[in-house]
Amino acid sequence: MPSTDLHILAASGPRDAVELSGVRRVFGERAVLDGIDLTIRRGEFIAVLGPSGTGKTTLLRLLAGLDKADGGRLLVPKTRSVVFQEPRLIPARRVWENVVLGRRGAQARREAAAALEEVGLGAHVDAWPRTLSGGEAQRVALARALVREPGLLLLDEPFAALDALTRIRMHDLVLQLWRRHHPAVVLVTHDVDEAILLADRVLALSNGSWGLDERVEIKSPRDRSDPAFAALRGRLLAELGVRPTIAPLQ
Amino acid sequence: MTDIAANAPGLQARSAPAVSGDRPRDGGRFALVDLSPIAGSASRFGHLAQWRGRALRVGVPLLILLAWQLSSWLGLVAPEVLPPPTAIYAAFVELIVHGDLQEALPVSLTRSLVGLAIGGTAGLLLGLFAGLWRTGEEIFDAPLQMLRTIPFIALVPLFIVWFGIDEFAKIVVITAATIFPMYLNTYAGVRGVDPKLIEAARTFDLSRSQTILHVILPVALPSVLVGLRYAAGVSLLALVVAEQINAHSGLGYILNVANMNQRSDIIIVGILVYAALGITTDLVMRALERLALPWRPNIALD
Ligand SMILES: Nc1ncnc2c1ncn2[C@@H]1O[C@H](COP(=O)(O)OP(=O)(O)OP(=O)(O)O)[C@@H](O)[C@H]1O
Ligand SMILES: [Mg+2]
Repeated sequence: MPSTDLHILAASGPRDAVELSGVRRVFGERAVLDGIDLTIRRGEFIAVLGPSGTGKTTLLRLLAGLDKADGGRLLVPKTRSVVFQEPRLIPARRVWENVVLGRRGAQARREAAAALEEVGLGAHVDAWPRTLSGGEAQRVALARALVREPGLLLLDEPFAALDALTRIRMHDLVLQLWRRHHPAVVLVTHDVDEAILLADRVLALSNGSWGLDERVEIKSPRDRSDPAFAALRGRLLAELGVRPTIAPLQ
Repeated sequence: MTDIAANAPGLQARSAPAVSGDRPRDGGRFALVDLSPIAGSASRFGHLAQWRGRALRVGVPLLILLAWQLSSWLGLVAPEVLPPPTAIYAAFVELIVHGDLQEALPVSLTRSLVGLAIGGTAGLLLGLFAGLWRTGEEIFDAPLQMLRTIPFIALVPLFIVWFGIDEFAKIVVITAATIFPMYLNTYAGVRGVDPKLIEAARTFDLSRSQTILHVILPVALPSVLVGLRYAAGVSLLALVVAEQINAHSGLGYILNVANMNQRSDIIIVGILVYAALGITTDLVMRALERLALPWRPNIALD
């Protein structure tokens, strides 16, 4: 099987940030990704849904360059950032040093402080990661991802470990940061509502390829109680094979 | 301790209606424990326990000293076998007045520090090399793991044959003893760094040397410092052994002379000085760890 390198080029279409065609990733006998095509425009926000074990993380790792595809073509922007499910901060480095990891000096510190200010952590610039709450640590990870102005921001279930209230605040924060920095975003999530709230487009993986690719036409600010929202949620859940068993509250 | 609940009136009032009768059936499960910081009796008891602890710590050694002294006065132990504390103190003063101790200490400390510096550096470098590069691991790990099982004391006769009985042989013994704790802990520390952190560094385009400098080394530092603490302790142990080899100066020399003159009081002073060096080293190393690792919680588990 030909091993395919990740091509770090501006994707061919002038408005595209990501171009995948025929991407395969095989573990043992099983093709987890079996000929995936995907085009993401610059500044577009897509959400990837799919049951556990369908290859969402695998796809994200290919896009990040952390793993190699077994076939196909991948074009991605040169600067990419990842926020993982857990913050992955270096415990031995202060919060600001984590944000500008690998750099030192007054200029780096100023940039880190500005990025931390943006995620509402201006008061924690000099703190140690151990002293942060889960939500704060994840916001540091977000600041660290954005400080290098990535063309592509990859989010692998970044809010899954947070409580519901913190998650709502994180949704607002991510939207705000996305509007300001405008990277292309791939958000992997299990939460259909989260996908509809945040993304321009919702895709779902099933059996190694796209089972669903829907544009979200609801105007922002999006509201869960909007009938259009509920209709789209119902359609997505049905296509994901989940039938609502509890009647919605009215 | 039947009514712990008395210290937490609010909780008691609420849990009381749950059962009728004066004693809750599930009392064991729902018995309240007072964790409030200034709750009267518990805290006073805590204070008491603290003072009792301190008194025992100081009192027990004092009692032992007293019993020791008494057994000598009463003629239960011959002073040539075990001189009383007063005689040992007198021997200590004698060594100070003659200047023997002041002369010997720097000599011995230098031996141990030079050995520690050479062995510690070698262990550190080997540990980094084996931890960071697969080739390094393949070359060094198996031989070092085998050598480590040899008690270094068993090597002393061989070192005497190879390196003679001078200063050099003594340094070699200490060096050989300190390499291993440093190597093992450095290697384990580098290998123990969470691969997820290294992966995160990769996604942010850190080069290999940047990843080592900013991620691996800082995260491995606690383990390296544990290695240094052990190595420092071992360097003193090796010093004692090394100074048995024909010492013309240093603490070992004092002990040798005392041995020939049957001065058990001076021998005991020498042993106590070794002990004091050990305690001081440990304190210094712990202080160093606190200074170098400000990010670690102050809970010591090791
Ligand atoms: N390094 C690997 N070696 C072997 N199999 C792997 C490897 N990585 C992933 N897989 C397999 O690939 C499949 C997809 O894994 P992946 O982590 O992408 O799932 P996911 O969609 O992210 O699931 P989840 O929602 O639970 O995070 C799984 O069946 C997993 O066992
Ligand atoms: Mg996953």
